[in-house]
Amino acid sequence: MKTLDQIEKELMQTVAGVHEPPAGAYNFRVNGKSIGRQSSKYIDVQPQENGLIITIAPNTPDEVVHIPVIISRSGHKEVVINDFYIGDNADVTIVAGCGIYNCGARDSVHDGVHTFHIGKNAKVRYIEKHYGAGPGAGKILNPVSKFYLEKGAYAEAELEQIRGVDSTNRITEAELKDGAKILIREKMLTQGKQYAKSHIETILNGKDSVADIVSRSVATDESRQEFTLHVEGNNLCRGHSECDAILQDHGTVLATPSLDAKHVDAQLIHEAAIGKIAGDQLNKLMTLGLTGQQAESQIINGFLK
Amino acid sequence: MLQVKNLSFSVGPARKRSTILNNLSLNIKPGEFVVITGPNGSGKSTLAKLIMGLEKATDGQIVFNKQNVTDKDITERAKLGIAFAFQQPPHFKGLTVKDLLQISATGHETFLEDTETDYKKLIETVGLDESYLEREINNTLSGGELKRIEIASALARGAELTIFDEPEAGIDIWSFEKLVQIFKKFREKAPKRSLIIISHQQRLIRQADRIIVLRDGQIALEGHPDKVLPKLQEENA
Repeated sequence: MKTLDQIEKELMQTVAGVHEPPAGAYNFRVNGKSIGRQSSKYIDVQPQENGLIITIAPNTPDEVVHIPVIISRSGHKEVVINDFYIGDNADVTIVAGCGIYNCGARDSVHDGVHTFHIGKNAKVRYIEKHYGAGPGAGKILNPVSKFYLEKGAYAEAELEQIRGVDSTNRITEAELKDGAKILIREKMLTQGKQYAKSHIETILNGKDSVADIVSRSVATDESRQEFTLHVEGNNLCRGHSECDAILQDHGTVLATPSLDAKHVDAQLIHEAAIGKIAGDQLNKLMTLGLTGQQAESQIINGFLK
Repeated sequence: MLQVKNLSFSVGPARKRSTILNNLSLNIKPGEFVVITGPNGSGKSTLAKLIMGLEKATDGQIVFNKQNVTDKDITERAKLGIAFAFQQPPHFKGLTVKDLLQISATGHETFLEDTETDYKKLIETVGLDESYLEREINNTLSGGELKRIEIASALARGAELTIFDEPEAGIDIWSFEKLVQIFKKFREKAPKRSLIIISHQQRLIRQADRIIVLRDGQIALEGHPDKVLPKLQEENA
C-alpha cells in the first residue's frame, strides 16, 4: 500500500479513526485511487466504475468495514459511487468519511453517492465524518446517502461535518418497510463564509416503521446553513424529526420542516429550535468556574458531541 | 467570611427608578447556615444574584474572605469559593449530568473526587439513580429532576459558600423531604462551609442558624429561628 504522508495520515485519522490498514475489510481511497483494499470472511469489497460494491454476507456477526476517502491534491474533483448490499440478519458498522486538504488555488471536490440495501432484520451503523483543512481554495463535499430498509431492518447513521468544509450539499434519503427503524444523527459546524445545505427525507412505508432524525448544527462567523427535513408516513408508523441550531456572530440558519401524514395511523412530530447560546446557560457554567469563552466552547462541544 | 456593605440595587430609567435593595448590610460567618426569607419582591433572589455576581450592584460593596469582590465577575467569584444553585436551572442539549458534575468538581479543592463512585453517591443523594449520570440535560427531564441535578451540581463544588435560590421551587413533596435531609447531611459533612438559602419553607427555615427577613429591599427581622419564627407567624396570622 502507498505510504500516507503526515497530512494524509491526520486526515485519515480525523475522518475514520485509522491511518494504517485495519484488521478487517477496508478500502483506502486517496486522490481518486484505491491505495489499499481488503475483503474479509464476511465482507466482500470489489471495485466498480467510480467506486465500490460492498457485499456483507447474511448473518455477519458484528463486523466493521472502513472506506475513507482523502483528497490532498489541490484541484482534484471526483464522483464516487459506492453500493452496499447488506444480507439478512447481518450486523455491521461502516466507517466512511472524507477529508480534504487543499493548499492550492483550485477547488477540491468530492461528490459521494452511497446506496444501502439493508436486508431483513439486519443492523447497520454508518459513520460518516467530513473535514476540510489547508489554506487553499474550496474544500467541497457533496454526499448523497440512500437507505433502503427491508422488514425489521435497523440503521443508525451518524453524519458529521467536523469543520473546514467550505461548501456542502448533503442529501440523505430513507425508505422503510414493515418494522424497520432508522436513526439519523446529523452534526454540522460551519465557520467563516462557509455554506451548508442538508436535505433529509424519510418515507415510512411499512407498518410499525420508525424514523428518528436529529440534526444539530452550529453556524458561526458569516456562515449560512439551510435544512429541509421531510418525513412521510404511509402506514401505521412513527416519525420524529428535530432540528436544533446555535447561532454565533453573524451565522444564519434556515430550517424548513415538513411532515406528510398519508395514513390515519401515522404519528409524525417535528421540533425545531434556533438561537444563540442562552445567557442562563453561560451563567450556570460560569458559576462552576468556567470563563465565558470556556463555557461557550463547552456548550458547543457538548451540543455537537 | 462574607460581608455585604451598604448594598443597593435599582432598575429602570432614571425617572422611574425602582429600588430593589436599599443600603443593605449583612455578615455571614464561616460554617453558618443562613436562610433569607421574605415576601415576593422583597429582594431575596436579587441579593443572592448580587453575591454570585449575576447582577451588578448600583452601590455598596461585597467582601469575601477579606477580598473586595464587588467588581469581580461570576467566574472569579466561583474560583474564590462561591457556588450558586439557580431557582430555574437551564437545559443543556448534549451535556450529560455527569459532564456537569465533572465541570463542577474539577480544577479546585472539593470533597468530591473525580470518580464514578462519588458521582453516583452524589446523584443518589438528591434522590436520582445512577442511570441519570448518562442522561442529557435536555427537555426530557422534568422540572423536579432538573432541580435536583442543579442542587447536585452546586454541592459538587464543595464551595466555602453555597447559595441556593429557592431550592424547593418546582419539586414535589417527596423531593422536598429529601432536600431537608440533604442540607442536614451537608452540614454534618462540611461543618466549616457556609450556606445561604433563599426560601419560604418553614421546614428549611427551622434548620438555619439565623434567619434574615427582607422587606422592601431592607432587613426587617434577623436572628435565631426561635426568636424570628414566632414573630413571622404572628405577622402572618
